[in-house]
Amino acid sequence: MQERRGSASVPVVVTFLLAGTFFLVLLSLSIGRYYVPVTKIPVILGKSLFSRFGWIISTTAIDPVMETVILNVRMPRILAALFVGAALSVAGCSYQALFRNPMVSPDILGASSGAGFGAAMAILLSFPLGLIQLSSFGFGLVAVALTWLIGSVVSRGNNATMVLVLTGMVVGSLFAAFISLTKYVADPYSKLPAITFWLMGGLTSIRLYDLFMALVPMLIGLLPLIALRWRLNVLAFGDEEARAMGINTRQLRFVIIICSTLLTSAAVSIAGMVGWVGLIIPHLARMLVGPDCRVLLPTSFLIGAAFMLGVDDIARCAFPMELPLGILTALVGAPFFIFLLLRGRKGWI
Amino acid sequence: MLSIRELSCGYGQKTVVDRISLTLEAGEILCLLGPNGVGKTTLFKTILHLQPSLGGQILVDGEDIKSWPSQRRAQTIAYVPQAHTPPFPFTVTDVVTMGCTAHLGMFSAPSANDRQSAEDTLEMLGIEHLSACIYTEISGGERQMVLIARALVQRPRILVLDEPTSNLDFGNQIKVLQKINQLAAQGMAIIMTTHFPNHVFLCSTCVALMGRDGRILAGSLDEVVTETRLESAYGVKVKLVDILLDDGQIVRTCVPLMETESHVMELAHT
Repeated sequence: MQERRGSASVPVVVTFLLAGTFFLVLLSLSIGRYYVPVTKIPVILGKSLFSRFGWIISTTAIDPVMETVILNVRMPRILAALFVGAALSVAGCSYQALFRNPMVSPDILGASSGAGFGAAMAILLSFPLGLIQLSSFGFGLVAVALTWLIGSVVSRGNNATMVLVLTGMVVGSLFAAFISLTKYVADPYSKLPAITFWLMGGLTSIRLYDLFMALVPMLIGLLPLIALRWRLNVLAFGDEEARAMGINTRQLRFVIIICSTLLTSAAVSIAGMVGWVGLIIPHLARMLVGPDCRVLLPTSFLIGAAFMLGVDDIARCAFPMELPLGILTALVGAPFFIFLLLRGRKGWI
Repeated sequence: MLSIRELSCGYGQKTVVDRISLTLEAGEILCLLGPNGVGKTTLFKTILHLQPSLGGQILVDGEDIKSWPSQRRAQTIAYVPQAHTPPFPFTVTDVVTMGCTAHLGMFSAPSANDRQSAEDTLEMLGIEHLSACIYTEISGGERQMVLIARALVQRPRILVLDEPTSNLDFGNQIKVLQKINQLAAQGMAIIMTTHFPNHVFLCSTCVALMGRDGRILAGSLDEVVTETRLESAYGVKVKLVDILLDDGQIVRTCVPLMETESHVMELAHT
C-alpha cells in the first residue's frame, strides 16, 4: 500500500515539509552571488522585524549592503517563488480532481496562454512592468472566461467537463497563436527578446510591491479551494454521482475554475510561463499522502512552494548566468513525468 | 411514498419514456425490466434529477421534488450506480464517507462521527474487512457493495439501484439481492433495474416492464411477468416454471428456450 499511507504518517510528512521549507528559505537567503553567512540571517530579519515595532537593536556588525540584499532582493524573490509554486500546485491539484484526470495541469483551460499573450502584448506596447503584470493577469482570466462561455454553449449541460477540456485546448492554442503573432510583429532587437525572456519565465525583477499585488488574487483563489477540498474528493466519481450525493456540481465547478484561474493567472503574471509544476507536484503529493484532497491540497501547497524555491535557487546560483525558470522546471519536470509513466501504477496514472 | 405521475423523459426533443406513472411505498422493491435501450437509465436519471424531465411530476409524500435543492434530494433519494473505477485510489472508508456529503454544509468536511457511521454501515453490510482497502483494487462485487454502503450513508428513504447485479458472478448477484431484501425489510423503498427476469422472483414486491414503445406496464409479479409479455419484450421464447422445494416453498423461475437447430435451419431457408 504504497499509494495510501495510514493517517498517522500525515503529520510526519507535513512536519518534515514545513521544516524542510524553513531550512530551504534560510539557505536561499544565504546563497547567491553575494554570499551572506547563514548565522547573520536571523539577526538581519530580527532587526528588520523589531524596528517595525519601534524597537531599535544596535548591531554594528551588519553590513548595510548585506541587509539590502536580504530584505529587498532575496526576500521578495523567495516569497514569490514560494507562492508561485504553491499557487500552481494547488490549482493543478484542484483541476485534477475537477476533471477527474491526473494528467491535467492548471493551464488546461487556457489560463497560461492567455496570460502569456497579455504580457506579450503589453511588452509590445511598451507598458511599464506593473501594467504588463496586470495585462497578463487580465488576459489569463479572459481566456478562461472564453473557454467557459464557449463550453457552456456547446455542452448545454451534457458532458460539461469533457467539453470544457476541448474548448480549453482550442482557446489555449488560439492564444498561443496570438503570442506568435505578437512576436512576429515585435521589433527583433528590443521587444522580441523581452517577450521571449518573459515567456520563458523568471523571478529576476520581482519587487515586494509586485508580490503583494499578486498575493491578493492568490489568496482569494486559495482560501475557497482549501475550504471546499472535501467536495473535490466527491467529484472524482463523476458529475452524476456527485449530484446524487447532494452537490451542486455546476456551482462547484464554477467556483473551482474561478479560484484556480485566479491562482494560475496571478502566478504567471509575476513569474512568466512556468510549466510542469502544476502537473507533477500534485502527483508527488499523491504518492506521499494519498488521494484525499483534505490532506492532498495542503501537501501540494507545501511541496509546490519548496520545489519552486529550490528550482529558483538553481536558476540564480548554479550557473554563471541566470537561467529562465520555465526551462528549468521543464528540465526537471519532463524526466520526472517519464519516470511516473514508467512506474505506471494503476490508480493514479 | 414515491409517486411518479405522467412522467416523460428523454434527451432534448427526443422522448424516450412517454407519460409513465408508478407508485412505490416504504418497504417495497420495484424491479424495472426491459430490453436494452428502452430508457430504463433515462428514467432513473430523471427520477434522480440528473436530467430534466420532459413533463409530469415526481412526488415524494405528495410534494413535487422538482424545486428541491440538490442536498435535500440527496437526503431523500440515494443512487447506487453501476460500479466503475474512479481515477484516484481512495480507500473504501473514504468512498463510503463521501455519502455524508448529503448532510454536510458547503465548507465542512466529514467529522469523526460521519466516519464512524461509514464504518457502521460497512459492518451492517458485512464488508467491514474492506474498510482499509483501496477502492480501485477490490473486486467488482465488493465495489458494488461499497457503493450501496455509500448510498446508505446518505440516510435516504428511497434507494435507486442501476443494474446492481450486472458484472457480478453468480454468488455475488445473490448476495447483493439478499442485502436488498434486508434493506427493504427495514423500511427502505427500493427501485432497481435488472437484466435477469429471475431476479424479479427473488426479490421484488412489484415489477414494471418497459417496452420498446416507451410504455410501461406496472403491477404485481403474476400480472406483469408472463411468458407472452417477456417474449414480446425480449424477443425470445421463455417458460415460467414453478419449483417445489423440499420445505414446501414454491419458487418461480424463468427459463429461456433456445431455438433448436431445425428452427435455425428453417429460418435460414425462409
